[in-house]
Amino acid sequence: MTSTLTPVKKRSALTKGQLPKWAPYLVLGIAVVLGAAVLALIGFNALGWGIVSAVFFAIGLVGWSAAVEGSRRAKDKLASCLVVGSFLIALLPLFSVIWTVLVNGLPGLTDPGFLSTSMNGVTGAYDNKSVEEGAPVVGGIFHALIGTLLITVMATVISVPVGLLASVYLVEYGNDRPLARAITFFVDVMTGIPSIVAGLFAAAFFFAVVGPGTKTGAVAAVALSVLMIPVVVRSSEEMLKIVPNELREAAYALGVRKWRTILKVVIPTAISGIASGVTLAIARVIGETAPILVTAGFATSINYNVFGGWMASLPTFIYTQILNPTSPSNPDPSSQRAWGAALVLIILVMLLNLGARLVARMFAPKTGR
Amino acid sequence: MTTTSLTTSRGAGRAGDKVFSAATLAAGCLILAVLFGVAIFLVIQAFPALVASPDKIQGGEGFFAYIWPIVIGTLIAAVIALVIATPVAIGVALFISHFAPRKLASGLGYVIDLLAAIPSVVYGAWGAAFLAKEISPAYNWLANNLGWLPIFQGPASATGKTILTAGIVLSVMVLPIITSLSREIFLQTPKLHEEAALALGATRWEMIRMAVLPFGRPGIISAVMLGLGRALGETMAVALVLSSGVLTASLIQSGNQTIAAEIALNFPEASGLKVNTLIAAGLVLFVITLGVNMIARWIISRHKEFSGAN
Repeated sequence: MTSTLTPVKKRSALTKGQLPKWAPYLVLGIAVVLGAAVLALIGFNALGWGIVSAVFFAIGLVGWSAAVEGSRRAKDKLASCLVVGSFLIALLPLFSVIWTVLVNGLPGLTDPGFLSTSMNGVTGAYDNKSVEEGAPVVGGIFHALIGTLLITVMATVISVPVGLLASVYLVEYGNDRPLARAITFFVDVMTGIPSIVAGLFAAAFFFAVVGPGTKTGAVAAVALSVLMIPVVVRSSEEMLKIVPNELREAAYALGVRKWRTILKVVIPTAISGIASGVTLAIARVIGETAPILVTAGFATSINYNVFGGWMASLPTFIYTQILNPTSPSNPDPSSQRAWGAALVLIILVMLLNLGARLVARMFAPKTGR
Repeated sequence: MTTTSLTTSRGAGRAGDKVFSAATLAAGCLILAVLFGVAIFLVIQAFPALVASPDKIQGGEGFFAYIWPIVIGTLIAAVIALVIATPVAIGVALFISHFAPRKLASGLGYVIDLLAAIPSVVYGAWGAAFLAKEISPAYNWLANNLGWLPIFQGPASATGKTILTAGIVLSVMVLPIITSLSREIFLQTPKLHEEAALALGATRWEMIRMAVLPFGRPGIISAVMLGLGRALGETMAVALVLSSGVLTASLIQSGNQTIAAEIALNFPEASGLKVNTLIAAGLVLFVITLGVNMIARWIISRHKEFSGAN
């Protein structure tokens, strides 16, 4: 009697020979516990726990699947584990870098005067005193901020007109001519120029034209432009291409000249994408170290003149503070300043990336009604 | 009267058209001129080092003896970076294009792109201060257990500042490049191919192996080549991470040097013929990366024409 009342739960023939839906969660739970047990034996650390658990999870799930579902399904599960695992591995350095910079950079950044003073007159004696007697770390990055700002602005002023005009040529006048195809090809090749070669080019150019040993902010700006122009061309070209042809044809039908059509119709329609592309290009060059190192030298005092004298910048400041500490016997204050500057640089780059997305959204052409 | 005003306005408009199209053409030509200018000025400034008598070059045995160890060092670092980055990058690209939930995919892609946004000097500082320290026990283990392999010959560097560490940092930097390009290619796989494979009963992995990977192979190759170009030319990560020295086979001892790092470390204080020597080294680097990039771009453009027919 009772047996008829409790319905026998039968698995559908379609799902026969498959792992139940909760199988991965069960295996994950067991793997995490086993991982903790193994790590407890050999000394615990979080990273090792994660790796060991992941290996147990993959072995357990694939093994179970091979037993129940056969080798094809098991291979599929193995591939899924590897793909998800590679994504998690790729996240590790990202979090590690950001965490390292935050932890090491905050003491430097919160130091009073860090953003508003330069390294002018800061000698090893001050650093020794701060380590030995606990005096506050003096010196800051104001000169480097000014240098980065001036060099980047000048590079932008050079790159944007050239890059934008070139992309207009490619989209509106090029018509797939050999010259346009050559420009497209070489712009792509230029995006792969090592940044230090761009710096050497600018240095070699000014050595030959102005005189040997010319190192100023302007040389650095030229070097950065070589890196920036191809990025601006590529992004603007993409944006101009997606402007609908109907808009151009409507303007031509009203008798508007081609150049006025481009200036008044095509570019305003694409301006949001162009602006966000330019912002991303700035974000790319603002962190470049090598070209500035070989073209602008490194200064310790504030220099507002891009055409005369060596100039500091945030990346070169980080580089020199790490490699040649102000006080060789006590490198800690220097590395604190370097990490503080690195934090400022990362915040700048992230803000520019965020700004690019906001610009793209805010100035996007209104579609529909 | 109206005719004259019409013609004058047409004249002004035509002038505007001409000026504007000439300006765009000039900008396009300027870009080509810059690329050739890079080559020409590097050659001009490198020339004194190439023809100087061998004993005047650093090392005293001529430019070739000076350059070839650091060319090999550059290749070693780049190869390490690619060996690590390629499988991970393809896995990440597959994850974003075919495994992750549709709604999350673009956000996850943006997270990976953040890796590309971090400045190279910050990677260098991270590699020198954090990674080198954390990884040196692993080098000791390698030296003790796999020391019979020439590449893991001990004694391992105590600071961890080796070419292998530099290669690992480089692999993190080239990962987003390879990922974003292969992701684009994977997303272009014809939907019909994928659905046909699935309809015949293929599992997801079999579908990827039969439909996605064969379609994406040229794209993957060119993405790896572009990553190679980046790894060859990357300066700061190597300059800060590697404690450089003479060419050594062991990857876990200090030693080796790359072209880009050699230039960055020596150029600021260089003078006289040393400047020319370093610019000549830059020229060698330029030629290598240019070749790699041109091959990669050529593969991509050929692939574009091919896929356009689909």
